[in-house]
Amino acid sequence: MYSYIGKRVLVAIPTLLIISIFVFSLQKLLPGDPVLALAGEDRDPQTIEYLREKYHLNDPVPVQYIRWVGSALQGDLGISLKTNQPVLKLIGDKLPVTIQLAVMSIAFAFVIGIPMGILAAVKKNTALDYIANVVALSGLSIPNFWLGIMLILLVSVKLGWLPASGYQPFFDDPLRSIQTMLMPAFVLGNALAATLMRHTRSAMLSVLSADYIRTARAKGVSEWAVVLQHTFRNAVLPIVTLSALLFGDLLAGAVLTEQIFTIPGFGKLIVDAVFTRDYAVVQGVVLCTAVGFIVMNLIADVFYVLLNPRMRAAL
Amino acid sequence: MTALDQVDIPPGEQRAPSRAWRKLKANRGALVGLFIIAFFTLLAVLAPLLPIPDPNATSWSAIRKAPSALNWLGTDDLGRDILSRMIWGAQASLLAGVVSVGIAVAIGLALGLISGYFGGWTDQIIPRVTEAFLAMPFLITAIALAAFLGPSLTNAMIAIGLSAMPVFIRLTRGQVLSVKTEDYVEGARSIGLRHSSIIRRYILPNVFAPILVQATLTIATAIIAEASLSFLGLGQQPPAPSWGSMLNVAKNYLSQAPWMALWPGIAIFLVVIGFNLLGDGLRDALDPREA
Repeated sequence: MYSYIGKRVLVAIPTLLIISIFVFSLQKLLPGDPVLALAGEDRDPQTIEYLREKYHLNDPVPVQYIRWVGSALQGDLGISLKTNQPVLKLIGDKLPVTIQLAVMSIAFAFVIGIPMGILAAVKKNTALDYIANVVALSGLSIPNFWLGIMLILLVSVKLGWLPASGYQPFFDDPLRSIQTMLMPAFVLGNALAATLMRHTRSAMLSVLSADYIRTARAKGVSEWAVVLQHTFRNAVLPIVTLSALLFGDLLAGAVLTEQIFTIPGFGKLIVDAVFTRDYAVVQGVVLCTAVGFIVMNLIADVFYVLLNPRMRAAL
Repeated sequence: MTALDQVDIPPGEQRAPSRAWRKLKANRGALVGLFIIAFFTLLAVLAPLLPIPDPNATSWSAIRKAPSALNWLGTDDLGRDILSRMIWGAQASLLAGVVSVGIAVAIGLALGLISGYFGGWTDQIIPRVTEAFLAMPFLITAIALAAFLGPSLTNAMIAIGLSAMPVFIRLTRGQVLSVKTEDYVEGARSIGLRHSSIIRRYILPNVFAPILVQATLTIATAIIAEASLSFLGLGQQPPAPSWGSMLNVAKNYLSQAPWMALWPGIAIFLVVIGFNLLGDGLRDALDPREA
């Protein structure tokens, strides 16, 4: 098992290397010379030369890249131009907010998507199946920022049930924190629920047609025991893997959701950084997101092996 | 006709398009999708000819007016006619969807072909780069690229296209790898047919179906991505209309003018559901297992 994990980590290294080259190259896409922007209106040649030396911009690009990667590996992703704080600290400060949003969204997605998928598979080709499919297709097609706007309009502006925006740290006031996060979590969890529903349905259908399910039914096992104990337990494996892969969608969706509900998380950080031209923050967020996604993939692979006795035995 | 030209497409392949079309026509969901797409495409194309007000014409006496006989979908914060902006906005959304997916398919198909067909060192590097790009969430990559390239509809389309490209590289490579070992490709190679001819006549027709399905579904994703970037101010720039930028303004007037937020969202939803329905229908119609 440990050698399997070791191999998976080794495979991730070239991927991370390529991502780092992409993230580093982003700053080279910027039009104009960044030093001219920093040098002010005077554009004093001595100041320009000093800034070039200070930021190592006279070095060849590969040398600049190696220096940048070296710093990143030591946790130095640069300094935010806007707040003058280390980028890694900024990301660390915002991450708990997005993690709370992500956990609540996944909870929504599981509570809605998995039962809907099970029901749709068990009641295949009935009205319930069609309704579940239409709901899932709508969930995948509705832009989450628009759903957020409509919910604010209905639930906050018209009905006044939940706050339209803001954030309360969970450990300061758990109830208020959950209240402020309910709508954003539903908005973010909606598309995930649709994806989970489709995959649960398809995984359940493939297991439901297996011989051992027919045998279980022939032995007189109750239908619910067949569905939940025999079918779902075997169908859950691809769903677990998928849930980890949805992590990327979750972070991307958080960008817009946090913007609409003014939640000071990871997603709002990158959007604010884009508009304040705080490029070190943009690069840091992209790099951390990719690393997080690769780690989640790794965890999913390990879980897949742990949950699957046949694969465990093959190691 | 030379002897080399007589190497024919495998049996059954020539009938596939008509069989697929028959299956597509029998799929009600796909037809609904096709109808929705045709409707919005027609609106977008005919926008200059329709008797609607200038989408950028402001009117201080008609600020945030509710839907009426004069302005069917109401007016916005600058008194502009929302229906007119919606119709012109359809151009931006559909153009962004098609052009960005065109970029993704063109580059993805070329790199996937090179990687899968020629193998060698290219097949060592291209899949690694593809995996790396797939590890970055689509929208975050698009936002980062759009931010560094500068906010505009063109740059948003480039950003979305480049972010969507890895899926097409992987898909093409996988298809090419399975097709290039088929007997009819080996046969074509053994009689000395050039690589370009083999690719054009035997590889590309087999790659076409999955690419078409993926492209249709990716247009739906790209339209949402363009709306998202415009919503964030990184896509279509004011005063030019786009559904995403209309929602960006509308969110500031939710209690005073809720209609400003309603229509662009419904339009995005309908077009995206249209492409998703058509994509699902095409997948079923082109799936040889369901023949």
